Amino acid sequence: MSFIAWVITLAIVTFAGGWVFRKAGQLATSNAPYFRDMPYGVGVGYVAGGLAILWVVATYVASMAAEGPDANKYFFFRLAIHFLVLSAIAAWVFRVFGRAVGTEATKKLFRQMPLTASFGILTILIYAFVAVFAGALAPYGQEEILGAANIVAGGDPATGGNPDFPLGTDQIGRDILSRLIFGAQNTVGIAFATTCLAFFIGASLGFLAATLGGWLDQLLSRTVDALMAIPALIFSLLLMTIAAVWANKFGIPLTIFMVVIIAVIDATRVFRLARAVGTSIVVMDYIEAAKLRGEGLSYLIFREILPNATAPLLAEFGLRFCFVFLTIASLSFLGVGIQPPLADWGTMVRDLAQFINFAQFAPQVALTPLLAAGAIALLTVAVNFVVDWMLHKSSGLKE
Amino acid sequence: MNTKSNEQLVKIRGLKIEGRSDETWNPIINGVDLDLNKGEVLGLIGESGAGKSTIGLASMGFCRDGVRISEGTVEFDGIDLIKASAAVKRSLLGKRIAYVAQSAAASFNPAHKLIDQHTEAPTQHGVSGRKESEEDGIELYRRLRLPNPDEIGFRYPHQVSGGQLQRAMTAMAMACRPDLIIFDEPTTALDVTTQIEVLAAIRDIVEQFDTAAIYITHDLAVVAQMADKIKVLLKGDEVEESDTRTMLANPQEDYTKSLWAVRSFERPKKPAVSTGATPVVSVQGVTAAYGTVDVLHDVNFDMHEGRTVAVVGESGSGKSTTARCITGLLPPRIGHIEFDGAQMPLDYRKRDKTQLRQAQMIYQMADTALNPRKTIGELIGRPVEFYMGLKGAEKRKRVEFLLDEIELEPSKFIDRLPSELSGGQKQRIGIARALAAEPKFIICDEVTSALDQLVAEGILKLLAKLQDELKLTYMFITHDLATVRAIADEVVVMKDGKVVEQGEKEDMFKPPHHPYTDLLLSSVPEMDPDWLSNLLEERGVDNIGDAAVDKM
Repeated sequence: MSFIAWVITLAIVTFAGGWVFRKAGQLATSNAPYFRDMPYGVGVGYVAGGLAILWVVATYVASMAAEGPDANKYFFFRLAIHFLVLSAIAAWVFRVFGRAVGTEATKKLFRQMPLTASFGILTILIYAFVAVFAGALAPYGQEEILGAANIVAGGDPATGGNPDFPLGTDQIGRDILSRLIFGAQNTVGIAFATTCLAFFIGASLGFLAATLGGWLDQLLSRTVDALMAIPALIFSLLLMTIAAVWANKFGIPLTIFMVVIIAVIDATRVFRLARAVGTSIVVMDYIEAAKLRGEGLSYLIFREILPNATAPLLAEFGLRFCFVFLTIASLSFLGVGIQPPLADWGTMVRDLAQFINFAQFAPQVALTPLLAAGAIALLTVAVNFVVDWMLHKSSGLKE
Repeated sequence: MNTKSNEQLVKIRGLKIEGRSDETWNPIINGVDLDLNKGEVLGLIGESGAGKSTIGLASMGFCRDGVRISEGTVEFDGIDLIKASAAVKRSLLGKRIAYVAQSAAASFNPAHKLIDQHTEAPTQHGVSGRKESEEDGIELYRRLRLPNPDEIGFRYPHQVSGGQLQRAMTAMAMACRPDLIIFDEPTTALDVTTQIEVLAAIRDIVEQFDTAAIYITHDLAVVAQMADKIKVLLKGDEVEESDTRTMLANPQEDYTKSLWAVRSFERPKKPAVSTGATPVVSVQGVTAAYGTVDVLHDVNFDMHEGRTVAVVGESGSGKSTTARCITGLLPPRIGHIEFDGAQMPLDYRKRDKTQLRQAQMIYQMADTALNPRKTIGELIGRPVEFYMGLKGAEKRKRVEFLLDEIELEPSKFIDRLPSELSGGQKQRIGIARALAAEPKFIICDEVTSALDQLVAEGILKLLAKLQDELKLTYMFITHDLATVRAIADEVVVMKDGKVVEQGEKEDMFKPPHHPYTDLLLSSVPEMDPDWLSNLLEERGVDNIGDAAVDKM
């Protein structure tokens, strides 16, 4: 059957199925309110979702039987399914654990938590743990060049692996697992420091502009506008190039320059948010009361405004952390970020990028550069899950 | 009143409603029965949290997010609304049942013109075409006595005043000629002079179309004008129900009697101020402007030790602006403020700590006046530390003393956050914070207008007690003349940024008045169910409310 015929059949099945599903539900539950008041679109959604799950299950069953070159087609699919199932189980176990252990407040938190958020928290905890104890966890040093090069991940000698290097080695023989672990320390650690700096600069200036207003507000806001008008990545590339010269001249590590440059560029976004949140807080009566009491500026900003702005700022912190982290990875990928021989996920992707071309006939080989990319993606997704949940909680939405 | 058919329209039996919080379902309504015949108006009264609005919504078969109807039946004209399908409810709501919300300003969609929102329900329900319903809307605007009925519908909500919006919303509810309208506190947010117009309009139109209505309010005097019968609620339980006249003349339950008694609180008269005494605060020829527009014009008045000066007027009359001039938030353009005979710097930034300490403020909305992230101990402790320099145990002792003063138990409240307190308790914290500075003079900006009557009475009594103990001077900004009667010694009436009349309270409540004072006084609803009819008869429908103000 041609592709178009497939699409048409599928559409007909889905749209008719939606109606049938709703009708069947109404008959089976003798007109329960849920099925009775179900809009047609929701019925279609159930059927479309069901079909998608069917396709996944069918493909997975087919992949179990496949062998040889045929199995290569399913390699990443199987990996994704296994990972999804495992992480769902891990998240569930973690949530059950959280509900049973801890103070009454944390137990309550875990009881109301969706699975995505518990997965996010678990992932962030693991990353933090790995980053802090990288030296103790990594089997080899990050700069250590071991004899064997280009060893495939999986540790199975039949496919070109080596049990000593479970995730393989790169083209000059450094252990990927160790470099991933040290990469957590370098990339995540630097990203965290940069985000903190960006928030310190952006939030304090934003609140200052909101509280004082007038020409200071104009000056700061227009400067920020000007900075935001330049595309961030290009701007940071430009500044990094200049900084590279200074780094040699003054003997200051380039990494310090990178932290400051990214922090300043990202602080503009934080400034915008802090100013917007701040202006809606400074009009409150309690700020007026504090002003009339004769309180100084720092008390107003840090004791009256800041505690009320923590929820939106914290949510922004999560997102901003992801962006900073991706910027660092991008800069490293482009070769101006974290400098070798320090392990960094962006650099690892770039160094091994050509192996991605092997994906079709030797997926195990293509996996090597994707491990670092996956580490980046996983952390970004995890942080976003947690931020979403926090925003949902602070907005007071109820199901 | 008009003749009632005995056909039953709404029948609620054993209604129980629960709300979800802290992972459990808590009861909100514990089994209420309600009957409403066609063309009848039922008044639902009770303090906040009594479940008035919840019952109002439930009689439409609706409940808010996180709330569920757990038991009971709601029948509208023989249709069970709880079991009815969404399609059936859709065909009823907006067409046969309409709802008028408390804040019309927040309920209209600011992006569409009034008439477009008006015609939406009739065209959606297929009652009439767009053109007809537009004409009908203009006719309804005319009947509701909106100014420029032909043109007002083509404005956006922000171009129309609050009282007019509330009437436009009533017109919108009428668009499909429903059998039942639920009015949820439709006049609570309005000035007295505006309120009276809206009340007259609502009553008129409900009678003209013989519509049944559920009128929700916490103001007894208002409900006395509107309702045929009254149901009193307390914490989700019905206290009693009877027809309006019986209820007013002869309430059965203690709770109802206490509601009725609130309005009788009045302080004894104080001796007159000795001539030549220096006033604590003196406003001297103040003219102030926002930008280039003058909003206060040559305002003069004195406030003496131990006395309460009530500043009265409707919104926009310059009451709060005068307070801002006194505190220095808005430096006057001409004139100055004297404290104890000494001139104060105009701008609060130029005043020193002792000067700032002298004048404290209590705000209308305790929710926004208390930092939600600070505990009660921190909120009251800060001025103690800031002005008196007390720290540690001494500070705590002082805070505990202040909490005792405002009749809240220190050990129970000191570590709580404002969100864990009720409205009245929050307002008490606001008072304690002002007291912590040990001032001579306190500005009370509409401190009771957001509170229920019983709670407001408690606050007024507390303020009176503190005044007697500490010789405080109050500037009491309000638009509620019942409050003035209860607490004031002197009254200043303001209109359009000018003082139109001032003097002792007794003189103010006795004629002759300035015509504006007269209008204000006559617009305050009384508990007599015939009050509105008599007033309309006496003054004529064109001589009440904003229409009368415009003529001055």
